[in-house]
Amino acid sequence: MRRLLARRLLQGLAVVWLVGTLTFTLLHLAPGDAFSYHDRHIPADVIERWRHIYCLDRPLVAQYGCYLRSMASGNLGYSISQQRPVLDILIDYVPRTIELMFFSLLLSFVAGIGLGVLEARHRGGFPDWGSRAIALFFYSMPDFWLALMLVLLFAYWVPILPISGMEDVINGPSFSGWQRLVDHARHLVLPVISLVLLTCAAIARFQRAAMLDVMRMEFVVTARAKGVSENVISRHHVLRNALLPIITVAGLTLPSLLGGAVLVELVFSWPGMGYITAAAIGNRDYALVMASVLVSSVLVVLGNVAADLLYALADPRVRAA
Amino acid sequence: MTEPLLSVQDLRTYFRTSAGVARAVDGVSFEIAPNESVGVVGESGCGKSVTSLSLLRLIQRPGSIEPGSKIAFEGTDLLALDDEAMRKIRGNRIAMIFQEPMTALNPVFTVGAQLAEVPRVHSSIGKRDAWARAVEMLGTVGIPDPAERAKSYPHQLSGGMRQRVMIGMALMLSPSLLIADEPTTALDVTIQAQILELLADLRARTAMSVLLITHDLGVVAESTSRVIVMYAGEIVEQADVRELFAKPHHPYTEGLMAAMPRAGTKRERLTVIPGAVPSPYDWPAGCRFHARCPYAWERCEREHPPLYQIGAGHVSRCHLAVEPERRNTPHVPLAAQIGARA
Repeated sequence: MRRLLARRLLQGLAVVWLVGTLTFTLLHLAPGDAFSYHDRHIPADVIERWRHIYCLDRPLVAQYGCYLRSMASGNLGYSISQQRPVLDILIDYVPRTIELMFFSLLLSFVAGIGLGVLEARHRGGFPDWGSRAIALFFYSMPDFWLALMLVLLFAYWVPILPISGMEDVINGPSFSGWQRLVDHARHLVLPVISLVLLTCAAIARFQRAAMLDVMRMEFVVTARAKGVSENVISRHHVLRNALLPIITVAGLTLPSLLGGAVLVELVFSWPGMGYITAAAIGNRDYALVMASVLVSSVLVVLGNVAADLLYALADPRVRAA
Repeated sequence: MTEPLLSVQDLRTYFRTSAGVARAVDGVSFEIAPNESVGVVGESGCGKSVTSLSLLRLIQRPGSIEPGSKIAFEGTDLLALDDEAMRKIRGNRIAMIFQEPMTALNPVFTVGAQLAEVPRVHSSIGKRDAWARAVEMLGTVGIPDPAERAKSYPHQLSGGMRQRVMIGMALMLSPSLLIADEPTTALDVTIQAQILELLADLRARTAMSVLLITHDLGVVAESTSRVIVMYAGEIVEQADVRELFAKPHHPYTEGLMAAMPRAGTKRERLTVIPGAVPSPYDWPAGCRFHARCPYAWERCEREHPPLYQIGAGHVSRCHLAVEPERRNTPHVPLAAQIGARA
C-alpha cells in the first residue's frame, strides 16, 4: 500500500514536470511577451531592462534554466500583469476553484451514480432511455453555451439566482455571518449546476454499464437464490462492485471538469483559477500561466492518486496486493 | 409411498428471443421424496441447469416458465406464489449451490458477512447473532478456525474452502431441499470426494433432500439413490441408481456410461457419443437422440417416444422398450456419418 502510494506520487511528479516543460516551451515559442503591448510612453531602454530582469532577452533554453532555478528555490515568480507575487495570487484564487470543483465533483457523482443505477434497474424502459437522452443532451452541449443558457433561464426569465461573482456586492458587506453563507451558497448554484450537467452524463453512462456488467455475474444469482430482494441486490451486492470502476472514472473526470471550469468561471465571473488564467494568457503573463497550469496538473495527479488509493480500499483483492 | 417433498409436472422453460423460441426445458416431470438424494445427469445444453434454476424461479428474461407447468413444494404451488412469497422460500426452504464458488461468491464482502446475510434477510435476527451463526456454520462445514476465516474474502480461500462456504451459506436456515448445480466440477478430484462426503454427511444429519445436477456419472453413482438422465430438454431415463448402472436402457445413458473413464480397464480410447446436443431452437422431430443413436430406425425419426415403463421405478424414452430386437442390429449413427463425410 505504501509502495503503491510512493510509486504513484513519483509518477505524478514526472507528469507535472512534463506538463510544465511543455507548457513553458509552447508559451515562450508563441510570439510576443508581457511587454509587447506596453505603454508606448515607456522608453525602450526601460523595457529592455525589464526584459533582462525577467530573463526574457535570453535564448529559450536559458529562460528555461532561469525558470527551473527560481522554481527550485521555491519562487513561483512575479505576475507582471497583476503586479503581485504569483504565490499570493494562488493563495487567493486556488481555494475558490477547489471549492467549485469539490461541490461539482460531489454532486456529479451523486447524480451520475444515482442515474446510472436507475437506468440499469429499468434497462430498456422509460426511466432508462429518458434519463439517457436528457443526460446526453447536456453532455453534447458546449460548456459556455450551457452556462449562458442557465444565466438566461435563472437570471432573466426566472430571476431567482445571482449570476456573477461570489457574493452580493451591494448588500454583502452588511450581511451577518449566516446570511453571508447563504448568499455565498446561492452564488455557487449556477456554476456548480453547469459543471454537474456537463459531467454527470458520462458518469451515469459508466455507472450504468458497470451495473449491467455486474448484474450478469454469478454472485447475483447466488444472492437471489439466498432470498435477497432485488432492491437489496442492486443497492448492496451490485452497486458495491459496480462502484469500483467509477472510482477510476472520478480520477479521469477531474481534468475535463477543470477544463470546463475555466469557461464556467469566466461566464459567471467566479474569481477562481480559470478566470485568472484566461486573463493571464491574454496578457502573456508567463509566470501566472505556468503556475496555474502546474496547479491544475498537480490537482489532476493528486485526484488520480486519491482514486487509486480509494480503489485499493474498496476492493479487497487489491488491498491485499 | 410417502408424500413427495417436491413434485414437478410438465415443466417447460422457454427462452423467447429474436432468434426464435428456445425450448430449453420441454416437459419435465419428476418427484423428490423427503431426505432423498436425486441426481440429474446430462451433457451441457441438455437443460439440467435451467431445470434447477426454474425450481427456484430464478429464470431471467427472456426466459420464462410456460403456463401449464407445475412445481409443488411442501404442498405449495410455487408457480402461483407472488414474488415476495417466492423470495421467502429461496435460501430458506430451498437453497442452491453453484459450480464455480469463486464467481458465485461476492468478491467485495467477507464470507462471514455473506453467510450472515441469509438469516438477516429471512428473519429479524441481529447482526451479532447472525455473525455468530455464520461462524458456527463455517465450523459445521469443516472450515478450520471459523472465527478467523469468517473475516476472509473469497479470494483468500482455496476452491474447496469456497465450496464449503457455499454449502454453509445454503444450509444456514436448514432448508428441506438443497439444489447442487455441478458442485464439484470446478474442484480437484480429491477435493471433489471431500465435498461429496460433506454433502452426504449433512444430508444424513439434517434430513434434507438433495437434487444433484452433474454431467459426471461417477458423482451420481457415489452420492445419489435415484438418477434422472436428461437429453435435449427432456427426461430420457429415470431409475434407481443401482438399476441404472446395472441395466441402462436408453442408448443415450449407455453412451454416457461408455464415455466414463474407468480405472482398471484396459481401453485405448474413451468412447464418445458422436455429434452434439441439438439446438433448443429446433429440436429434431421424432426421438431427439435419433441422429446420434446407434440403434435408430425409421420409427425414431417419425415418432416422438413417450416415457415407457421398463421396470419398477424405471422409465425410458426409447422405442427399444417396445421393439427390443432392434438392439441386436447396431449401426453407425447418422451424426457420425455426417461427421466422417465432412
